[in-house]
Amino acid sequence: MPISFVLNGEAVALEVPAHTLLIDLVRDRLGLKGTKRSCDMEICGACTMLLDGDPISSCTTLAVDVDQREVTTIEGVTPAEGLSRVQKAFVLHGGLQCGFCTPGFIMAVTALLKATPHPTEEEIRHYLHGNLCRCTGYVKIVEAVKSLATEHVAEQAA
Amino acid sequence: MFYSGGTELLLAMKMRVIHTERIIDIKGLPDLDIITSTEANEIEIGARCTHKNIAENSLIRQQVPALSSLCGDVANVRVRSVGTIGGNLCFGEPHADPPTMLAALNARFMLHGPKGIRSVSADDFIRSELETVREPDELLTKIVFPCPTGPVTYRRFKHGERPSVNVAMVWSVDAGGAINAARVRVGALSSRPQPLKAVEEALRGCFVADVSLAIERVLPAALDELDVNEDRHGRADYKRHLAGVLLMRNVEEAMSRTENHR
Repeated sequence: MPISFVLNGEAVALEVPAHTLLIDLVRDRLGLKGTKRSCDMEICGACTMLLDGDPISSCTTLAVDVDQREVTTIEGVTPAEGLSRVQKAFVLHGGLQCGFCTPGFIMAVTALLKATPHPTEEEIRHYLHGNLCRCTGYVKIVEAVKSLATEHVAEQAA
Repeated sequence: MFYSGGTELLLAMKMRVIHTERIIDIKGLPDLDIITSTEANEIEIGARCTHKNIAENSLIRQQVPALSSLCGDVANVRVRSVGTIGGNLCFGEPHADPPTMLAALNARFMLHGPKGIRSVSADDFIRSELETVREPDELLTKIVFPCPTGPVTYRRFKHGERPSVNVAMVWSVDAGGAINAARVRVGALSSRPQPLKAVEEALRGCFVADVSLAIERVLPAALDELDVNEDRHGRADYKRHLAGVLLMRNVEEAMSRTENHR
């Protein structure tokens, strides 16, 4: 089936088998390996991408369902040089160890801060409830996001 | 098979527990994602509304905030982005949040099929686990319920993605401060939400101040009558106990909200 969509700001047009999953399309066919497959059942959030700005589980999304939509992956929120403000906060606060869950968290946090630039701790924990980390115990992840929540930033700076 | 977000269907297909040659994407159908109030003072929610849509909708936040916060807590943020209330209802997963509250709200579900349109009450919609009365060629289009006039409350116990036990309650209170009708539904214990009839009867005509006492008398027997499936969420006596605890938390909230209104 033909699909056309915007991926990280660029137009993409392809033929895909109808059963193709979005994560496989992006990782294997398009070569963007930043998104990780972990639980493969929508629970862990490692596969998080943004669909029109909203977080989704790319492991359980059909590629055909992003036709005419905008998809953002971790590659799309990482600047060509250096790190985004979200990524910097994670590094500064020790919000990652092995890093496998991290792209998923960065995507979720990027979406959260776009919707709610100054979330409370409760709002942060609620939003990130569906992103699992086996290394950090979450404390430093929450601290990293809280540090971002108290910043005053220009709109485009995410 | 119809799908919109596919958060249940696609997962089941990946796990090879559902096999089908074709799935039909209903995201292109117009007018299935509208939330509105009617002249008959009812609220209509389109079946294709996502949990996110409902959680953020100003009409729902105003009229039934408990439903807004329920939808804001379904599964995780990714499921809420694309998962719909219609999909949740039609999949018939017993460990779910919306069916319990919609049964307490006395909702009806509109099913459109080749033979016409029919309405099924929330209490009658689920036939058994993962099975509803919807025929394969029927589409759930709308959820309708009377705008509640008293407190609507919801409590659940949840460890992972799905609730182990949940309880929803809706009161209508008369001007004198007595409860003229109450609907209590306990969900996730068996295939469908179950009424706590003895509790509902104890609440009828009861003054808000006397509610705890009235319920305490009938609650143990009412909990014993619940149909409970034992599974990884817990054994029967544990789940019954939780249902009782959750009910009393609902009652506490409903009492304080009623008192604050007077």
